[in-house]
This record gives sequence, structure tokens and C-alpha cells, in this order.
Amino acid sequence: MGSRHPDRRDFLKRGAALAGGLSLGAIEPAIGQTPPADQDVEEQNWSSPELIAYGERSVYETSVRVPHGSRPSPDAFGLVFHTATPLQDQVGIITPSALHFTNTTRGAIIPNIDPREHQFMIHGLVDRPLLFTMDDLKRLPSVSRLHFVECAGNRSRPDQTTVQETHGATSCAEWTGVLLSTLLNEAGVKDSGTWIVAEGVESVKGASSIPMAKAMDDCLVCYGMNGEAVRPQQGHPLRLIVPGFEGIFNVKWLRRIKVVDRYYMTYNDYGHLRREPHDAALTYQIGPKSVITYPSGGQQLPDRGFYEIRGLAWSGGGAVQRVEVSTDGGGSWMDAEIRGAAHPMAHTAFSFHWVWDGTETEIMSRCTDELGQVQPTRAEAATFWRPGAVYPGTPDEPLRVTGQDNSIQPWHVASDGSIRNAIA
Amino acid sequence: MPSPRLLPLLVFWAGSVQAQGLNYGVGRTPTDEEVRAWDIAISPTGEELPPGSGTVEEGEQVYLRTGCATCHGMAGTDGIGPELVRDGEREVAHPWEYGRILPIRSPYATTVWDYINRGMPLNQEGSLSADEVYALTAYLLHLNGVIGEDEVMDAETLPMVEMPNREAWAPLPDWQPGMPRLPGYPY
Repeated sequence: MGSRHPDRRDFLKRGAALAGGLSLGAIEPAIGQTPPADQDVEEQNWSSPELIAYGERSVYETSVRVPHGSRPSPDAFGLVFHTATPLQDQVGIITPSALHFTNTTRGAIIPNIDPREHQFMIHGLVDRPLLFTMDDLKRLPSVSRLHFVECAGNRSRPDQTTVQETHGATSCAEWTGVLLSTLLNEAGVKDSGTWIVAEGVESVKGASSIPMAKAMDDCLVCYGMNGEAVRPQQGHPLRLIVPGFEGIFNVKWLRRIKVVDRYYMTYNDYGHLRREPHDAALTYQIGPKSVITYPSGGQQLPDRGFYEIRGLAWSGGGAVQRVEVSTDGGGSWMDAEIRGAAHPMAHTAFSFHWVWDGTETEIMSRCTDELGQVQPTRAEAATFWRPGAVYPGTPDEPLRVTGQDNSIQPWHVASDGSIRNAIA
Repeated sequence: MPSPRLLPLLVFWAGSVQAQGLNYGVGRTPTDEEVRAWDIAISPTGEELPPGSGTVEEGEQVYLRTGCATCHGMAGTDGIGPELVRDGEREVAHPWEYGRILPIRSPYATTVWDYINRGMPLNQEGSLSADEVYALTAYLLHLNGVIGEDEVMDAETLPMVEMPNREAWAPLPDWQPGMPRLPGYPY
């Protein structure tokens, strides 16, 4: 490049000199100056009827979901269990619908549902059972809200490398639909109706019990996701969003809500069955959590110098109030900047300006939510219920975080700029 | 009883709830048949259980006939699919050490019935009759030492089954808006 444009170096020098004494607006190519050559670009035909109708991303953008967890996807039966979203590539707080993580209770076959045929029923302990078509639902007052969905099994392990592997079972979308309270009020919940059982229409008919207080507070019956219909892998044409609760409650392919008078202990509920009350409570509403996505595990810092550390924070307890970053292994913490609005129960972007001096260190982030809940270190969370225990325990009995794992994720930065997962 | 002076206020309040809640008039009332066709939720006390029954012996036949053995092994073990029988060779002190087989740790046998009914067999979900689900439940509960060889499962007996984990499980917190995950826990 430089040899083809011998005058470029002079031009840049002149620009720098100008910038020193004049406003940035003054830096414009002088008349007669040859501008840098355009990039050589391939051309692709974007005028096919298909691409005019529904666009695609660039062939150079290759960020994809990957199978996640201990089970292969697809497995020997052709079932897809868990896939993780590429958080390391995400910009902003909205997960593109095509990259939203997917987890299934039992590897359900994704149904292909014609929305014109789909119906949604509310029945049980109500004054008036109701059956809605999709058109009916779209007549009703609607809301659009940003909410994350996170799987209870989104747990960082020492053998995982990238943030996609450690944290990729959380995603955030703009969900559009009808407040469940609107529909329940329309049906008229009887005083004895203290729980709902929400059920999908897929092959295994996944069903979860949800307390009425939550159902009436902020649950959404969604037909929209990121400005279009909910994707099939996310429950097309109708999905329940239960903001801040663990992923399994967000019933996909929603067909039925039965108002009942007790916890029903369905098979999905059985997954939440715990021996100890604190364990049960911590496997329910998602705790305050955050992770640095750039720079993160598997990435390489090319040189010492300036980096904008970026990441995401979220909590099932409400809006993120504060995010702190440590660049010295947790020795000191400084406030990160919260980028844009901090929506309740939504991914919240944060950033922190960092000048890396080339020495080995660990970087990490810590979230505080509007309820004052603070993201713990792994050692704090793992030893809380085990007085006297020393983290990380022994090789035979490593200490793990009780309930959903919301612990701080440290990334180790080596002096060569390579970054790896630093959890024990 | 509210005082007579408050009664007009209460009537007004009830009226306004109705005006706010029930006035969209969107959606229709399903028929009883439509509700019955979809309503497969089974409460822990089994009110919704359908008529029918099954024995342990019938369950073994259904297990082999409907292809359960293909994935779960000839008698609930050593298959390519999930184990259905707890480790009989090892005496374990507590149901929490049984592992995640069946919903064996559920306090209610209705959870076992419910899962077979809604989730099995793979790719033919919903194809089992009520009698077959009762029989399979009886067979699998017997293989796990929960019920005797001669017991019959039906809408009356199933909810009465004494599951090994009937008591030792934690209820979920009484969730209310704005509540932390667990009061007293800082994280």
C-alpha cells in the first residue's frame, strides 16, 4: 500500500500537524491530493428475488452457534439439545434471532406450526375459559420489552475456553406480545388460582408450574421477537417469556395455560426439585451476573496499549445498577460505564477503558442489580453454604456454586497477550 | 363483614375491575370437549387422572411390546437411553442418592405417570392408552422397589403411592415482585 502511494505518509503527517492546531473539521484532502485507493471488492449479486425479499449477512461474517453441554447436537436420534450463542462476537445488547441460544428439555423435535391453525387456551380456575387464535391475540393491547433468557445450566467450567462455551446459554431479544395478566384478567382468575401450568404443543408437551404472582406481574405471551415473528427454535408462533426466571420456564410453542391451586410437579418442575430450601431458591430466579466478552478466552491481544473492555451484565432481580471491572485479578475494582439503558431483566452493555502494560494479569467484571444483589466471586459463592470450606476444594470434591452459577468470570491475560479461562 | 358504609365503595370497586379486566371480548369459550382433549396436566393428588388401570405384569408386557426396551434396555437398565432403574447392587441411604432415573425423586407418583403420558415413547408421544401408562408406571415403580408385585395402579391408587422422597424436598420460595433470590443471601 505505502509504496503505491508515496505521498500518503506526507499526507498523514500534515493531517497530524493540522489536528494539533486546528479543529478536526479542518482535516480534508487538499485539492489535487490523491486519495487512498479504494479497497478491491468482490461483487455479489444481491438482486435475486430471494435476497430482495429477505436479506442475508455478509459471507465474511461467520459467527455461529455451537453445540453446548455434554450432549452432542444433533445426537444419535437427530435431536438438538443445547446450542450456545457467540457472545465473543456480539455487539450491542440484542442477540440476533438466528444466533439466540437454544436449549431443550428433552431434545424436542422443533414443530412446524401454521400460525393460522394455532390456538392458545386459558382454562382451569377461571370464571371464563378462553381460546384465542393468533389473530385474536394480535387484537389485544401489546407491549415490546427487552428481556434475557438464560439456561440454568449456563455454568463456566475450567475446561472451557471461550465465552461462548462458558456463558453462551444466555441471550437477549426484544419480545413483543400480550401481557399474560391481560389474558388472565380477561378469563377472570378465581381466588383459589395460585399457580399456572404453562404448556407447549411440541412432541413432549413441556410444561412448567409458575406462581400466579409472577404470571400477573410481568410475564409476556409473545408472538414477536426482534421485530418479526418468533423463530421456530424459539417457540414459533407463541412463546411465554417469564422475565428473570430460569430458561425452562419460558415455555416455547405455547398452547395452554391452566390455572391451578398448587404446584403441579410436572416433569419440567421435577428438574427444579432440590433437597435444601436454599438450593431450590437459587435455582429459580437468576442472580446478578456479568461477563467480559472482549477481550475474552481464546482471544489474543496483538500488542500492549489501549483496549476498550466490553461485556454484558444482567439479573433476574431487575435492572443492572452498577458494573465494576478489575484488571488486577480482583485486587481493585473500578466502575465500568453502562452503555445505553439498563432495562429490567435484560442484557446491559458495559465498557471500561484499559491500557494494558504488557504484564500478566486477570480481568473480570462484577454486577450489582437494583435489589442490591452483588455478583460473587466463585470462592464466595462456593463457600457460602460450607462454613470453613476452602475453595476450590480437593480434586476429589471440588467446590461448586450452589444453584444457578452467577459467579465472576476471570480471564487470564498472559504476557504474550493470549487470554484463557482462569476459573479453578 | 365490611361495614355498611363501605359497601357502596366495594360495589364500585368490583364493577371497575370488571370494566378493566373483562371488556375486550376477544377470544371464544372453548367447549368442554376441547378442554378435555388438551388438558393432560395431572395434579399431585391426581384429580385429572383418566379412568383405566394397569398391573406390574401388564406393564412388563407393554414395556416390551411398545418398544421401550429399544432405548432403555430389557428391564430398564443398560440401554442406549436413560436408565430407568436405580442401582440395586448398592444400598443407598437416601433417595437423593438414587441419581436422576425416572422422576424417582419426585414426592408424587403422578410425576412418573405424567412424564410417560406426555413424553413417551420418543417420536410417538401421546400414543399410549391410559391403561398402558398405568401399567408402565406400575412396572417401573415396582422395578425400583416402590410398590409390590401385586399392586394395581389406577386413578385411586396412583396418588396414594408412598414415593421414597415424599418428605425430603424443598418447596420453592413464595415469590413476590421485587424479591431477591433468597432473603439473607447477598449474591
